[in-house]
Amino acid sequence: MDSGWLLAIILLPVAGTILIAFIPGLSERLIRYIAAVSTLVSLILAVIVFAGFDRTLGGIQYEMKASWIQAINANFHLGVDGLSLPLMLLTAFLGFIVVLISWKIHERVREYFAWLLLLEASILGVFCSLDLLLFFIFWEIEVIPMYFLISIWGTGRREYSSIKYVLYTLFGSAFMLAGILSLYFSTGSLSMVDISEGGLAMVQSIMPASIIFWLLIIGFAVKLPVFPLHTWLPDAHTDAPTAGSVMLAGALIKMGGYGMIRVCVSICPNVARDYAPLLLALAVISILYGAAVTLRQTDLKRMIAYSSVSHMGFVLLGVFALGEISLTGAGLQMVSHGLLTGLLFAMAGLTMHNVEERDLRKLGGLARQMPVIAIVFSIAGLGSLGLPLTSGFAAEFITFTGAFSSTAVEGVEVYTLLSALGVVLAAGYILWMLQRTFYGPVLEQYNGVKDADNLEKVYMFAFVALILLVGIYPRILTDIIQLGVAPIAGLIGG
Amino acid sequence: MNLGLLAPEISLAATAVAVILLDLLIQRKGLLAIVSIVGLAVSAAFTIVMYGEPAQPICNDTLAVDNFALFFKLLFLGIAALVILASVDYASKLERFRGEYHALILLSALGMMLMATAAELITIYVALELASISLYVLTGFLKDSKSTESSMKYLLLGATASAVLLYGMALIFGTTGTTQLGAIAQQVQTLGIQGVIDSPALILGIVLLIAGFGFKIAAVPFQMWVPDVYEGAPTPITAYLSVASKAAGFAVILRIFSSAFGLPNWLSLDWGIVFAVLAAIGMTVGNTSALPQTNIKRMFGYSSIAQAGYLMVGLAAMGVASAGETIGQSTILFFLLSYAVANMGAFIAIIAITNKIDSDLIQDFSGIARRSPLMALALTVCLVSLIGMPPAAGFMAKFYIFNGAVQNGLLWLVIIAVLNSVISAFYYLRVVKVMWLGEPTSTEKVPFSGALRVALTLTSLGVIALFIFADPIIKAAESAAKMFGS
Repeated sequence: MDSGWLLAIILLPVAGTILIAFIPGLSERLIRYIAAVSTLVSLILAVIVFAGFDRTLGGIQYEMKASWIQAINANFHLGVDGLSLPLMLLTAFLGFIVVLISWKIHERVREYFAWLLLLEASILGVFCSLDLLLFFIFWEIEVIPMYFLISIWGTGRREYSSIKYVLYTLFGSAFMLAGILSLYFSTGSLSMVDISEGGLAMVQSIMPASIIFWLLIIGFAVKLPVFPLHTWLPDAHTDAPTAGSVMLAGALIKMGGYGMIRVCVSICPNVARDYAPLLLALAVISILYGAAVTLRQTDLKRMIAYSSVSHMGFVLLGVFALGEISLTGAGLQMVSHGLLTGLLFAMAGLTMHNVEERDLRKLGGLARQMPVIAIVFSIAGLGSLGLPLTSGFAAEFITFTGAFSSTAVEGVEVYTLLSALGVVLAAGYILWMLQRTFYGPVLEQYNGVKDADNLEKVYMFAFVALILLVGIYPRILTDIIQLGVAPIAGLIGG
Repeated sequence: MNLGLLAPEISLAATAVAVILLDLLIQRKGLLAIVSIVGLAVSAAFTIVMYGEPAQPICNDTLAVDNFALFFKLLFLGIAALVILASVDYASKLERFRGEYHALILLSALGMMLMATAAELITIYVALELASISLYVLTGFLKDSKSTESSMKYLLLGATASAVLLYGMALIFGTTGTTQLGAIAQQVQTLGIQGVIDSPALILGIVLLIAGFGFKIAAVPFQMWVPDVYEGAPTPITAYLSVASKAAGFAVILRIFSSAFGLPNWLSLDWGIVFAVLAAIGMTVGNTSALPQTNIKRMFGYSSIAQAGYLMVGLAAMGVASAGETIGQSTILFFLLSYAVANMGAFIAIIAITNKIDSDLIQDFSGIARRSPLMALALTVCLVSLIGMPPAAGFMAKFYIFNGAVQNGLLWLVIIAVLNSVISAFYYLRVVKVMWLGEPTSTEKVPFSGALRVALTLTSLGVIALFIFADPIIKAAESAAKMFGS
């Protein structure tokens, strides 16, 4: 039953990092090729795992388990189920794409790609770990590459943003560590599988499960992010280099939503149900507040960053509506947001790179000068506001219907209806952003700016194809996600 | 009596004498370092041979050769070897007394080894003085005003602490009629709960012991000397102080409090809470005071106070644990080892850098990563370990020690400790930031000698290895701590 697939997927980028960092005298070109090849092979393996996942069987597959530290019963335990598989695939996809996005980086190339690959490996590790210690280790490792990516290759107040990001994350994970230790203390196990199968009796015998639940969820709430712990996000996303923003918005913040479902809800389902109204209220605040603040932004990247706060609120809504369908919707929303916002940030980065301007008040009419970017940017934007046929529509629709019909939480209908207002606001700010950037009168000073080149068209096409694929045929993911969340929803009994 | 059991100590003492004599005879002083390292290796070889054997008391029960003592002996020998490697460039600048410099390092290591072995109060005191007096002299070795001042300060405060300690020992001897740790334990058992409450002298004695050793391990509120002494001392000696001297203090505390005052649970519960409070204060004071520091040696002084706080979380767990549980002791052993490797590594890199830029200010580390990327990487790994982030030894150490505390119901203390780790990230990362993001002041590479290179490679790889292969080391720590469980 031991399978090396996941290990290979995680280790390939690590191998790339080591090659890039320690082989002396590599040319910039060779470094890029090493990065591209290692992430591409990793992506191909991830696709094979996705295709080979047995959809009739469900459960955890591609498992690998080796004893690591016997004294604390920690194992090197990897595996994917329906919940983590799509996110793992998303991360592998973005990991490859950001290498292409970074093709034009010329500053400290060696360090840049080394950190970028390490970042990908650690996020993959988070989604594949089934042991809490291992999960936490990958969770923490991710901080260091991100710190360097923002602070060295970022823009604006990059040093402030990067240290803010680190401190917020460490603050959250400090509580999470206390939570994991409490969990280990009361169950004697670090295995996520064993603990959630053991059920509540095991946990509550020694320590109130609600303490553990809250310790754990603080770490995830910082990452997701949930209001009022979200303030690191706009700074970090805005000041990160394009590839960093794509990874942050696309894959990294999904760790928060994933952790909530995987650890908090599936280990303490009763506590989750007790406190669901509070968390749903926070979801509504995140959605509406995030959207309202987005409307006020004048910076292209900052605008997309704030929209993430709002969109990740949908994930929180789906998770704590606690129904099987709403959880599926939350899972799909994470993947969809990863693709859409990843593409938005990539396009924003490209626009800024080519036009050298990011202030929405000074942009305008670019659709004439850069038609390809304008079209793709618009597709991403429309997906983001939930236009049918895009993944955004499928995800939001499933989340809302699932949340509305959930029987686990009283009064969830009200929260759902309030949240739906977020979609209206999203239509407002996204259309406004597209209009200010690409439409309206053509500005002469932007005559002659470059449109996308061939390499850029390749990854744009990949993004758009996936967004439409998930939008038109969401079952390709929902079938799998449902397999993953069904047992968790079963614990709630909603 | 089997003198063979003292072979590590005897061989080390012989090496120290040999180094002093050789200094008179030879012209190539570089040989002194080699002789010292060989002496340390021989002593370590003797120690390793004995490892795993059942515990044996020698010298009329004043010394106990057991796995616990052997674990610490290996730790001290390793640290002393690293300090000597790190001093190679440094010592070559000394015009006189190079023999004494090396001999004093060896002698203080000898003192610390005896501290870990001693099972009787007078012997503990004598060993402690051997270690301390050597360190007082080493601190003042530079003979400039800063170094002399710090040596003086260290001597005066150290002597006061010794006096306090001795007073505490006298009180304990007065109430129990013995200085043997095992016999003290029996006396305390016979006295019973009422008997102990009725003899305030004994309680005062225990409190004075905590105060005296609190000085050694730099626990708040006995930490005032740390920043000044760390700043003034020669940098290799600062490293030595921050790691070995602290570990020796913990070795004695572990032995005294586990064997003499460990058993009646009502007693250990009391000192456990005292250590918990000291831990909480120590971490917070150390970390918050480290934040505004601009001198890297002072910053490490405060950070070592904070690290002592994390270690005392283990002492608290040890006190609160039920009888026969040794998770507190084994977590402290593992933490000390990880801390020693990471802190030594950081200091070795700092020695190389400060030698070149001739400044201890953090801002002058600007752009070091462009000049010597591998050295900056090694220092970064060590700093990451000190923060307690993976993939480094410090993470495992913290996870393990906090785990021990949570197991014993000290969740509140663990939450304070993990939040403190976040504060510490801020100032450790500031060094990382300056190194990697700052503009280099020149393009010249930072040179470092072969000895420093070896030492830095060993420590930075050690930091990673202790993370990945933590299992056998934790098992060794557990077997070393197990003797306190019976």
